Amino acid sequence: MPMSIIKNTAFYALVAVIVVCAVFPFYYAIITSFRTGSAIFTIEYWPTSFSVANYVNVIASGSFARNLLNSIIVSACVVTLSLLMAVTAAFALSRVRFRGRSLLLLTILSVSMFPQIAVLAGLFEVIRLLGLYNTLGGLVFSYMIFTLPFTVWVLTTFMRDLPVEIEEAAIVDGATPWVIITRVFLPLMWPALVTTGLLAFIAAWNEFLFALTFTSSTETRTVPVTIALFTGSSAHEVPWGIVMAASVIVTVPLVVLVLIFQRKIISGLTAGGVKG
Amino acid sequence: MTASPTVRSELLRQRSRSARLFLLPMILALAVVAGWPLLRTIYFSFTDASLTNIDAAKWVGFKNYLSWIQLKSGRTIYSGLLVDPAWWNAVWNTVRFSVISVALEAVFGMIIALVLNAEFKGRGIVRAAILIPWAIPTIVSARMWGWMMNDQFGILNDLFMRVGLIDHPIAWTASSDTAMIAVLIVDVWKTTPFMALLILAGLQMIPGDIYEAARIDGVHPVKQFFRITLPLVKPALMVAIIFRLLDAMRIFDLIYVLTPNSAQTKTMSVLARENLIDFDKFAYGSAQSTLLFLVIALMTMLAIWIGRVKLDGGER
Repeated sequence: MPMSIIKNTAFYALVAVIVVCAVFPFYYAIITSFRTGSAIFTIEYWPTSFSVANYVNVIASGSFARNLLNSIIVSACVVTLSLLMAVTAAFALSRVRFRGRSLLLLTILSVSMFPQIAVLAGLFEVIRLLGLYNTLGGLVFSYMIFTLPFTVWVLTTFMRDLPVEIEEAAIVDGATPWVIITRVFLPLMWPALVTTGLLAFIAAWNEFLFALTFTSSTETRTVPVTIALFTGSSAHEVPWGIVMAASVIVTVPLVVLVLIFQRKIISGLTAGGVKG
Repeated sequence: MTASPTVRSELLRQRSRSARLFLLPMILALAVVAGWPLLRTIYFSFTDASLTNIDAAKWVGFKNYLSWIQLKSGRTIYSGLLVDPAWWNAVWNTVRFSVISVALEAVFGMIIALVLNAEFKGRGIVRAAILIPWAIPTIVSARMWGWMMNDQFGILNDLFMRVGLIDHPIAWTASSDTAMIAVLIVDVWKTTPFMALLILAGLQMIPGDIYEAARIDGVHPVKQFFRITLPLVKPALMVAIIFRLLDAMRIFDLIYVLTPNSAQTKTMSVLARENLIDFDKFAYGSAQSTLLFLVIALMTMLAIWIGRVKLDGGER
């Protein structure tokens, strides 16, 4: 059956094109990051040299290590805070009937559609007023605008799908809502918490506009800003090797996390999207 | 349950009381970080606020949007956002970018979703591979592609010249003819996976026996796609397209890093931030932010309205 052989070959050729297109830029960034000196300016498709000089340079020089730490601190705080607020809010939104519930849900959903630029001017004033300008706290504070609606939304849809029976026994025993959340729901919610926490972490880790606008010194920057502002001695002399090394350092943890949790992430992404 | 009505209503009251308490932190946080700043941005757009002196802002009405003076000769000179060519250029760039990128992403996303929906060896590898562009921070992908699109040492020129697509190196990000193409390439590369996953979720909800029946009736696969797959996956596809459109309208970071200072790619967000922070035209930038917000709010309402109308029509 030559027809099916042609079909199969065409299909696997398509698969190969998809995989190569998806992976090649990252692969090329990695092999570039291991080249130094003039080797970087010869175009090679395969790894030909292996030097860690760029990595040593990027960590030793400037404030990159500090910025990396900033990114970790900010993202971790954002995840913790938004999950704390979202779990209790999601309980109220999914398990308790009250007036204005659907209006509130709609408002939360529309906040996640906000263009960040629309709040930039007002947020700039609030952050300066609170004395949070050029601090990590200012970033944690402002990142709530995109992590909170998302975590509340996903956790609400998750909690709504849990059966009523699991609560009933606790209610009959006279447990308070707080006890119900911590004893009954939290143990069941770990998968959802891991997924939403991870997605919130990635969002905070990648954020650029607020980080660029609300910090002014190199010590308070997060890594996306540092990578965006890397320049050489002149504007036309970008230190590509160092930029690629920094990019790889920032990206590898994310790629590893995403590949480990890929099933959970896919279900979280589609829950946040399709059910909207 | 045998609880008496009074005990039950007491329980219900306690529940709604704690519900309010539980919602309070979240509502307060969103009010301080989203609601209030949005109102202030709109307010600033009607003032003469400057970055260095926000507190001294004075009300100027619609001056930032449109104002005019009548000369003695009878000629009227208009000024303000609504007659600013730079603004309309940014609007055009944003619309052009959003429509083209989302259209391309929908087509490529559909192809990838169809591939992932088929049973074949190595499906897991493909799914893992397409998650990589999604996982890479936008800034990093802008930098990676910026290097690949370098006019002298970039691998993209080398590759295209080997294949014969182009006969001389192109300055992808710097040249005014190709800057928008460069931005589109990177954005499509980065966000197609998201589209593909949303479409795939829709595809997986189509029951397999429909295809079985179509196969027995001898329906051609192309016809199957247009008569069965596309109509059934349409709701999921529309949601994905609307989400992506709203997201594309506010694009900032990719363009800020990949093609800075290019008039061909400057979008509404990029222009607004430039005015707000770099040019010290705080009030003018606020007016631009406000207009962008209005456009996106209108689109959101339209999307919700269309969705609701369709939903009712489908049920009847």
